[in-house]
Amino acid sequence: MFTFSNVQYKDILKIEKLTFQDKQIICLFGESGSGKSTLLKMLNGMLTQDSGKIFYKERLIDDYDPVELRKKVVMLGQDPVMFQGTVRENLLFGLKFTGKSEADDSKLKELLKDLRLEKNLEDDADQLSGGEKQRVAFGRVLLMEAAEVYLLDEPTSALDEETETKVMSVFTQHIKREGKSAIFVTHSKEVAEKYADQIIYMNEVLANEEISE
Amino acid sequence: MNNMLDITLLQLISAYIFIIILLAIVRWRKIPREKEIIIATLRMTIQLVLVGYLLVYIFENENWIYSVLVITVMETFAVYNIFKRTKKEMNADLKKIIAVAMVSGTLAAFLYFNFIVVQFSPWYDPRYFIPIAGMLIGNSMTGITLGVSALIEGFSSRKKEVEAALMLGATPNQASQGIVNHAFDSAILPTINSMVGMGIVFLPGMMTGVILSGAGPLDAIKYQIAIMLGITGSVSLSVIIFLYYGYKTFFNKRAQLKL
Repeated sequence: MFTFSNVQYKDILKIEKLTFQDKQIICLFGESGSGKSTLLKMLNGMLTQDSGKIFYKERLIDDYDPVELRKKVVMLGQDPVMFQGTVRENLLFGLKFTGKSEADDSKLKELLKDLRLEKNLEDDADQLSGGEKQRVAFGRVLLMEAAEVYLLDEPTSALDEETETKVMSVFTQHIKREGKSAIFVTHSKEVAEKYADQIIYMNEVLANEEISE
Repeated sequence: MNNMLDITLLQLISAYIFIIILLAIVRWRKIPREKEIIIATLRMTIQLVLVGYLLVYIFENENWIYSVLVITVMETFAVYNIFKRTKKEMNADLKKIIAVAMVSGTLAAFLYFNFIVVQFSPWYDPRYFIPIAGMLIGNSMTGITLGVSALIEGFSSRKKEVEAALMLGATPNQASQGIVNHAFDSAILPTINSMVGMGIVFLPGMMTGVILSGAGPLDAIKYQIAIMLGITGSVSLSVIIFLYYGYKTFFNKRAQLKL
């Protein structure tokens, strides 16, 4: 799905060869500062490498229109960002860029239940706690059904273990059921081992070791 | 027009007592503003005296070149003033857009105002041309200054929101919609507020001037209404031109935030 060839970004990242397989849940695991977030941002076109090539589906990422690429390869950043408005508006925020029909309330309520979020759709999103915001941001991405790949940067860092398990299960089931791909970053080895089909260790990537598939 | 009361030099000097009072207050309150107050008063006085003599010359020697020259100087000064009054750092592209928006927005409003609304003749008559241009340019300058600050501030304080939207496939236009709308709102609010208070809270400068020069209040009001509408048009036009192109300077060709 993604292939890296001699990619360098400042002093942060240098990757000789790296391939991400299609229809897999892949975890990037590593210390903070090891370039995990930088790598995700490059896949999403939010950062451009200084040198080298990155391919998505055998086509150079630089040849894609960046906005069109991001609709296919959606990313959820490290800090859950809430936009001014209600929980409903925040959940639907990503959908409006895809031009697809809006999700109805029953679907949104179902989603809140899946995310173990006992909130009303009319609630002010700004009043939510850190963990609640993280789940709304997660839900926002899950609703974007036109996406082919989901990039998630520490999506469950603010959640307790029980909620994390529930949310990650819902997410992984969704990915498998829809035949999509996901690449997520985590600090937690447990989360990595439990939910990923493949774990990529950043220290191996940076040392340019052959990545086992 | 000729029954205006003349004030003597001594009477004029006596008005400076208000500045002395202001200086006494800031000294008493230990507010370090004395230097600026003195400089501002001196500048106001010298600039107005010079402009007075300049206008006497221009009014006596009506020529389209003088009128065009004056509006050019005004536009240049206004653009320079926006750069100076904006405390935040600006990139070269943003500066170019400020200049283009300022000049094109005010000129478009000015031409409509002169040729359609007031229809004075000859078109360069300095008695109309210069004060009307001054009011449109001055107000648009304030509007764009507010707009620039709000835009830069918006991108720096709401950077994460913009990035989060981009990551989900928003275009730079969609991702900065909230910031641009807020900047437009901040820029035109003073103009809207001044319309609300007009005639009740204060009598605007132009109307006061027309009344002082001996014209009837109803004539003064007609001019004032027209000029307020012209100002509103000029401010909104120049600000929207600035914002429409200005937000784009915060993104590169790969639709990435430059900050």
